[in-house]
Amino acid sequence: MTAPEAATGHRGRGPAVARLVGLRVLLGVPTVLVVAVGVFLLAAASPFRPVYQYFGVGIFSASDADIAAAERALGLDGGVWVQLGRWLGGLLTGDLGQSLSMRQPVAQVIAERLPWTLLLVTCALLVSLVLALVAGAVAAWRQGGWFDRTVTAVGHTLEGLPPFVLALGAIAVFAVAWPVLPVAGLTDAGAAPTVEQVSRHLVLPALVLGVSQTPWLLLHVRASLISSLDDDHVTGARARGLPEPVVVLRHALPTALLPFVTVLGNRLPELVTGAVLVETVFSWPGIAAAVVTAALAVDFPLLAALTLLSAVAVLAGSLVADLTVLLLDPRVDPDV
Amino acid sequence: MCHSVITLRNIAVPLLTGLLLAGCSAPTPAPGEAAAEGDGTTMTLADGYEPDDLNPLLGYGSEGASKFYDGLFSRDAERALQPALAADVAVPSADQRSWTVPLRPGVTFHDGSAFGPEDVVATYSAVLDPDRAATIRSGVPMLDAVEAVGPDAVRFDLAYPYGAFPERLTAGILPSEVLDGGGPVADLPVNTEALGTGPYRLVEWRRGDTMIMEANDGYWGGAPAVKRVTVVFAADDNTRAQRTAAGEFDGTVLPPALARPVAEQSGLTLREHASADYRTIALPFADPVTADPAIRAALNRSVDREGMIEALLAGQGEPAHHPIPGVLPEQVEPSATFTHDPAGAARILDEAGWVAGPDGMRARDGRPAGFTLMYPATDTVRRDLAQAFASDVRAAGIDVRLEGLGWEAIEPRMGQDALVLGGGDPFDPGFKAWQLLHSANAADGFNNPGSYRNPQVDAALDAALRAPDEATRQERIKDFQRAYVADPGMVFLAFLGHSYVSRDGWDGYVEVVEPHTHGVTWGPWWNLEDWTPRR
Repeated sequence: MTAPEAATGHRGRGPAVARLVGLRVLLGVPTVLVVAVGVFLLAAASPFRPVYQYFGVGIFSASDADIAAAERALGLDGGVWVQLGRWLGGLLTGDLGQSLSMRQPVAQVIAERLPWTLLLVTCALLVSLVLALVAGAVAAWRQGGWFDRTVTAVGHTLEGLPPFVLALGAIAVFAVAWPVLPVAGLTDAGAAPTVEQVSRHLVLPALVLGVSQTPWLLLHVRASLISSLDDDHVTGARARGLPEPVVVLRHALPTALLPFVTVLGNRLPELVTGAVLVETVFSWPGIAAAVVTAALAVDFPLLAALTLLSAVAVLAGSLVADLTVLLLDPRVDPDV
Repeated sequence: MCHSVITLRNIAVPLLTGLLLAGCSAPTPAPGEAAAEGDGTTMTLADGYEPDDLNPLLGYGSEGASKFYDGLFSRDAERALQPALAADVAVPSADQRSWTVPLRPGVTFHDGSAFGPEDVVATYSAVLDPDRAATIRSGVPMLDAVEAVGPDAVRFDLAYPYGAFPERLTAGILPSEVLDGGGPVADLPVNTEALGTGPYRLVEWRRGDTMIMEANDGYWGGAPAVKRVTVVFAADDNTRAQRTAAGEFDGTVLPPALARPVAEQSGLTLREHASADYRTIALPFADPVTADPAIRAALNRSVDREGMIEALLAGQGEPAHHPIPGVLPEQVEPSATFTHDPAGAARILDEAGWVAGPDGMRARDGRPAGFTLMYPATDTVRRDLAQAFASDVRAAGIDVRLEGLGWEAIEPRMGQDALVLGGGDPFDPGFKAWQLLHSANAADGFNNPGSYRNPQVDAALDAALRAPDEATRQERIKDFQRAYVADPGMVFLAFLGHSYVSRDGWDGYVEVVEPHTHGVTWGPWWNLEDWTPRR
């Protein structure tokens, strides 16, 4: 690249980035709305009736007249379009509605539970990143060796295992065989959520969620690194007599990581669904466990709000991934 | 070439050291050892079932024993009604359509506000108002209006005379300030922040995790000695059993088969309570096979109830022939039972024209004797009972096809197919029997799903509910049992027993007959406010 071209490239990046962000946001709003409407329609098509969750065990001795009166009073009568209209109207005024299954305002449910899920998911992501980078790099570097073979085999096996199988296995080990880590809840029974308590209880869920996401990351890092070890600049570095670790870590790995970042951003939904299962098994009081309750109770307002949240998270994740690649790799064309 | 520092040894050793250090620094109680007890003023319980909310208008603590709320009346260990927020017994008018309840003076809510007739009026008005969608409305179908009478009494006006009306007044009372403003009761803050007059106040409820209660030192019944109670929610029975055996809790509810080994392992005491919680096969009258009285009589005689209880409930249960449980001897008619009599069942079917074919299955006029039995797929006890029932009646020549479904699939078919149903009330089994078996409630929600119609049963239940005094009521309930057994509409199988394990460090435990309860709200801790630490 000649100097003037490089200079033009850097100067043109700022507006290009702004254009990218603006376009994504513009396209994102109707996408998220379509997803919310889709969830409403799916929930309406399901055979569950929200009023049953409302009555709980009392449904078995309630009269038809009382059930109908409750549906009327709660606004559960009227078809799905009426309910959707009510919810959209509330959304425009900033009111997310009342959760029927949690018996609380939806905003309160989210405010109480979202921080714990963010904590869990961030830690799990860190765990899987570290594991994938280290193990993937070593496996690619000593390709064909015993470490590579073990890691590839274990990775392919784990990829097929759902996170709750890992979770239940971890509970079996740590509750029975080797009780050094707590297996449920945010804190010990009755204890306040101090840093010490929460961090002890965070270890197992974060490890399980992280390990369950590691295999595809690891295999991807390994494959990218193997292909980038054949690149010209790596051969050139070796030819110049640089030590092997430096060649792998400072020359091959950075180019291997670029597609990795994009893939990471696009695989964010896997982390969300994995969090649902892990939170349920470990009784972690996060927002993902609330998804299960909301779905089974056909709790329209909470379900729609949670779907909005995850749609926004996915779109934001892929936007951040694209921006990172854009900023890291000067070869990428920002107008695509 | 310099040696690479990335060797397996350089990775593995620090990793292992880190894990070992983490293991050594985490203090844990050794399995089998009890956690530190302290002085008995705190208690940690585990529950398999978490309440959806803490709102008495949505059914929380409606059977009594709620720690946060009091009703006008409550139950003692002999199931007798005792005044709680009422000062004395309720006084009926001559026609029993109007009841005046005097109120206890000097009671305060947890936030310090005084209790008075306006709170009772506000609570029951909210129950009566259809726009507020209180789910306990079906518990007081006879109530028309409620009014304050002076500064210390309330009067309830009924749509028809109901001799046992005070029995319906055990639901928790909310402060009138909480109920200001109308709207569905599902939107009230008391759903998550309980506010009542009860012996305990809510400190914290982390949904899905724990609930912490503290003693209400200003309680009208005397401050509880157990000052702090933590309830941990652990839905999975096996995990909860393991954690209890490891000494993490002072007590929990467990399935009978798990409770005994856990009690032995952990040194906790096993408590087994009888209940009025029945399991029954509701038969549809729209199906010509089950509508036939001979089939219904034969089904009731083909079932080996004792065998089912021994094999499926680990012996924790009582045979059921109708919804009145045997642990209420004053209400039970001893002759109203079915014996396990396969020969008698065969005779009844032969006489009615159900002829056995070469494979043993019966048919009449070309119609085979068979029907479909549905059960909720997630309930293992109901599934086991359904399978045992099907195999028992197969010996009589009746073919029962089983289907495990979710409730949303069962509900539309309840009128056409049989269903394993559960429920029960030890305090007012007559009212429960009326809801379940009276033809006026046919196909009303989950009540009388098969639309059973028996004029003698209807008459006896009506007379029982309108009886002027307890003795007459009990006589009419016995009439009901005789009328029912003569022409049954369901096949009652068993009353389930509930099993608990509890640390024996306190005095005050009293055994009790339980309603259709799920967790530690009842159990040995139903009267926790009266417990004292044992020295």
